[in-house]
Amino acid sequence: MTTASQPVLLEAVGVPDGHTIASYRSRGGYAPLEQVLAGKQPADVIEMVKSSGLRGRGGAGFPTGLKWTFLPKDHPGPIYLCINADESEPGTFNNRILMEDDPHQVLEGIILSSYATRASTAYLYLRYEYPQSWHRLQAAIDEAYAAGYLGKNIRGSGFSLDVYLHRGAAAYICGEETGLIESLEGKRAWPRIKPPFPAIEGLFRKPTVVNNIETMACVAQIARRGVDWFKSIGVPADPNNPRDPGSYGPKLYCLSGHVEKPGCYEAPLGITARQLIDGQGGGVWKGRRAKAVIPGGISMGLMTESELDTPLDFAGPGKVGCLGLGTAAVVVIDDQTSIVDFLHNSCRFFAHESCGQCTPCREGTSWSLRMLERIKAGKGRLRDLDLLAEIGGTMGMMPGSTICGLADGAAWPIKNAIKKFRGEFEDYIKRTNPSGWMVTDPVPALQIVGAH
Amino acid sequence: MPTVIVDGQEIEIGADERLNCIEAARRAGKEIPHYCWHPGLSVVASCRMCLIETGSRDAATGKITMVPKLVPGCQTPVKDGTVIVTESQLVKDSRARVEEALLIDHPIDCPICDKAGECLLQDYHFQHGQAERRADLHPFTSRRRDVGPTVTLFVDRCIMCTRCVRFTREVSGTAELMVTSRGAKEEIDVFPGHPLDNKLSGNVVDLCPVGALGDKDFLYQQRVWFMKREANVCGGCSAGCSIHTEHNQDTIYRLKPRENPHVNGWWICDEGRYGWHHVHDPARIVAAGRRALTGGAFTTVEWHDVVGRLRDDLKSAGRLAVAVSPMLTVEEAWMLCAVARSIDPEAFLAVGHVPRQGADETFPGGFTIRGEKCPNRLGVEAVVALFDPAVRSWDDLVTHVRGGKANAVWITAAYPGPWLDEAAAAAFAGLDCLVVQDLFESPLTALATWQLPAAGFAERAGTWVNVAHRAQSFGQAVRPPAGVWPEGRLFWNMLGRRGLYDPDAVRRQVAESSAALVALAGEIPPHGVDLRIAQLA
Repeated sequence: MTTASQPVLLEAVGVPDGHTIASYRSRGGYAPLEQVLAGKQPADVIEMVKSSGLRGRGGAGFPTGLKWTFLPKDHPGPIYLCINADESEPGTFNNRILMEDDPHQVLEGIILSSYATRASTAYLYLRYEYPQSWHRLQAAIDEAYAAGYLGKNIRGSGFSLDVYLHRGAAAYICGEETGLIESLEGKRAWPRIKPPFPAIEGLFRKPTVVNNIETMACVAQIARRGVDWFKSIGVPADPNNPRDPGSYGPKLYCLSGHVEKPGCYEAPLGITARQLIDGQGGGVWKGRRAKAVIPGGISMGLMTESELDTPLDFAGPGKVGCLGLGTAAVVVIDDQTSIVDFLHNSCRFFAHESCGQCTPCREGTSWSLRMLERIKAGKGRLRDLDLLAEIGGTMGMMPGSTICGLADGAAWPIKNAIKKFRGEFEDYIKRTNPSGWMVTDPVPALQIVGAH
Repeated sequence: MPTVIVDGQEIEIGADERLNCIEAARRAGKEIPHYCWHPGLSVVASCRMCLIETGSRDAATGKITMVPKLVPGCQTPVKDGTVIVTESQLVKDSRARVEEALLIDHPIDCPICDKAGECLLQDYHFQHGQAERRADLHPFTSRRRDVGPTVTLFVDRCIMCTRCVRFTREVSGTAELMVTSRGAKEEIDVFPGHPLDNKLSGNVVDLCPVGALGDKDFLYQQRVWFMKREANVCGGCSAGCSIHTEHNQDTIYRLKPRENPHVNGWWICDEGRYGWHHVHDPARIVAAGRRALTGGAFTTVEWHDVVGRLRDDLKSAGRLAVAVSPMLTVEEAWMLCAVARSIDPEAFLAVGHVPRQGADETFPGGFTIRGEKCPNRLGVEAVVALFDPAVRSWDDLVTHVRGGKANAVWITAAYPGPWLDEAAAAAFAGLDCLVVQDLFESPLTALATWQLPAAGFAERAGTWVNVAHRAQSFGQAVRPPAGVWPEGRLFWNMLGRRGLYDPDAVRRQVAESSAALVALAGEIPPHGVDLRIAQLA
C-alpha cells in the first residue's frame, strides 16, 4: 500500500476559481480527453478503465469497466449514461465537494465514459438539497459547451454528447440505480425488478449505464495519470480469493461525527478507520474514546472500537460483519452516546425513506422504528431484541426478500447494533422498564375497531 | 419436452410455453400463494408472498444447484431442469413473516368487511400465517375514501399490491389510480378532480385480493358465503363475456368475470357488471294476458291454456310473421321457428330488432365493448337460415307488415330497456293478432292482443353465439318471477314435447340439422366452442 501525499481528486479544493474551466485546464484538464478523442477507440477506453481495476464509488463497488462491457454489442442506440449524484447516504458528502469545487473533472470523466460506452446523451441526476452543486454544474456544462467539449462533433472527432442536469425531489430511493431511472422517466422511484439489468434495458428501455460522480472523477484521473498510477495506490487483489478484484486508487473518505476535524479526506483505499480518525481526523473529540464507527454510511452497519484497525477497502468492513465499504462515509460515535439513540435514529431514517414497494421492507422498517420508540419510552422488553434481530436478519436483497438493497441497508445497523451492543440494549431496557422488561406474554387481543 | 421439478415431482411443460414458477407449480398441484401477481397484469414482484427456493438440474450430470436465496416465483421463469421448492422451512418462515407484516397495519375488521370469506389475506393467514401476533401495535383506523362512482376504498385494509393501479394503467388505459406517500404510510388514491370513472372500473374490485376496494353496488348487500355462483354469459353486448352470476334465493347480487382466454380474458365492463338490475325490476310483465281486438285490459290466461289458445289465435288469423329476438338462445330461437312453421308453413321469419349503441370500443389492454347490444345475433341468424336462407331482418319484417302481407305477428323481444318508440310501433297497428313477448310494457304492448312475459338475463338456459362465432352454453341461474314461463318452456310445450324443457336435447337436435351448427352436438366446454373452426374441421 502506498500513501498519496498530494490530493488528486481534491486538487481543486482551495484553489481560487478552481471550479472554472480555465483553472481546470491550467491543471492539465481536458488534455487527456482531446488525446483520447484524437487517437483512441471507445474499446481502448473501456480496456483502460478495466485494467485500472476501478470499482464503482457509489457504494456497491462493482468494477466499472466490467459494467460497461455488459452493454449489448453493436446496439443501434441510443445508449444512455446516467450519473448518480443523488448523494443521500447519511454521512456522505464527497460528491458534493467534487461537484462544487471541481465540476470539470467530473464532466471530463462523463465525456470519456460516454465515449467509451458510445452514449450520446448523459443525464446527471442531482440531489435536490445541493443548490450550490446545481449552479456550479450548470455553469460548468455551459462552459464545456462553449469550449466545444460538449455538443455535436466534439473537437472534430465525430463524437457527439449532450449532458442534461436533472434535479431530483429529495428521496433516498432515487439513489438506487433503477429507482433513479424510474425517477428520470418521470415515474415514482420504485426500483425495478432485475433482470433485465439497466445495461440491457434501462432508461426509456434502452441500454443504460449508471455511474457515481466520484467514479467519473476517477475515470478522468486515470485518463490523465495512467493505469499504472491508479494501480499503484490501494490494496491489490487477494491472491487467495479469485473473486476479489482488489481495491485500487484514491478514495474520498467523509469523516464526521465525534471527531476533532471532520471533513472530506482523500486517502488510498485500504487506510484503516483508526488511521483515518487519529490521523486526518485528529482523534475522537474531547479526548474521548470511540464506542462505534460507521464504516461507510449508516446502511453499512457498525464497527466497534476493537474493530477500528479494519482496512477501509472494498473487502475490509465485510470481514467484521458490516455490509461493505459503501460510500466510505465514516461516522464516529463516542462513548458518551447511547447506541439505542443511534439505532432509533437509523430506523427512523429508513422507515421514512423506504419506498414502500416490497412488504418486508415497508412493514419491517416501520415496525422496527415503532419498537424502538417504545423501548425509548421505557416500555421495552427483552424479547423485542430478538424480534429486532429477526427483522434485521430477514429483510433485504441478500435473503431475497426485497427488490433493492435499501432493505439491506436498513437491516444492517439493526443487525450489527443488536449483535455487537446487545448488553447495552439489555441494560437500557432493564433500567427504563424495571417492572416489565421480562414479559414474554403474547400481545393481548386487539381493540375492536369502530365502524367507519 | 422441458421438465420442471416441483417439490421432487417431475412435470413436463410445453416446449414453447413461457411459464413462471407459480404457473408451473400449479401444474404439479402446488399452489404458491401470491398477492401482487396477476396473469393479466405486469409483474412487479413486490408483495414477496410467492418467495420460493429454486435451482437447476444439470442435464448431463443430474446434479442440482440451488440459488442461495429466496426468489419470487412470479418473476422467475421456468425452463428445462428448473427445480422449485415450495414447502421448505425457509419458504414457510418467509410466508409467515410476510403475512405478519401485512397484518401489522391492517384493521382486521373482517366482521364488517365485505371481502370476508373470499379474502386472500384471510385464507393465506390461515394457511401460512402464525397464530401469535408479535406486533403489539394498535394503530387501527378504518378510513373510507370515495374514489369514484362505482368504487369505494377502505384505505387501511390495503396491502399495496398495486394490482388496481396497474389495471388502470395497462388495461383500461385511464391511469386514475396512483400510490401516494412512502413506506408504511403509502396509500392508494386518485388525483384530485379525476375520480376512478371508466367503463372497466369495477374490475379493480375483483382484482383486489383483500377488502380494500369495495363495489358500491354490492357493498353490504350480501355475505359472500351465502351466495351460489352459476357459470353464465353476459347478455349486455355481442362480446358475450364469460361471467359468474352470484345469487341467493333467486336474487342476483353481483356478476363477476369468469376467466376465458378466448373471449374476455379476466375482465368485464361495468355496463355488463351492473346490467342485471332490470331482472328484479318490479315493473316487469309477470303474467300472460290476452285481450280482444277492440282493446281493453288484458285478461290473465293460465299458462297451460296459453299453449293452445295462442296457437288457435295465430292459426285463425292467417298469414304469420315472427321476429326472433337476438336475446333468445339458439335453442329457443330454433323452437320458435319450428312452432311458427307448424302453425303457418309459410310463416315469415325474421331476426328481431338488433339494438346498437355507438361503435365498438377497444381498450389498451385489448378488451373490447361491442356496439351491438345483444348477445346472440349470429346464433339467431344461423337458426333462421335453417328455415329461410334469405335471413330477413327486423326492417324486412316491418316492410312486410306495412305491405299488408301478414295478419298475425309474433314479436319476441326480452330487451332490458325501451327499444322502440310509438312511431315505430305504429307499423303493427290493425293486425288480427299481435303477440308481444317482452320484459316491460312498451308502445308495442299497447297494440298487442297477446302480452307474454319474457325471461330476464340469467333466467334462461341455452347457448349464445358471440360476435367472434364462439358458442357458449349456460344454465339457468335464477328462477324467473312467479308466473313467468321462460320462452324455452313455452315453445317446448307448444311443440308438444313432454316433460321439462331440456335445452341440451334441443341443442343436439339443432346440431344434427345444420352443418353450420354441427359443433353444438357434443358437450360445450366452459370456454365455449368456435363454430368456424369446427366447420373447417
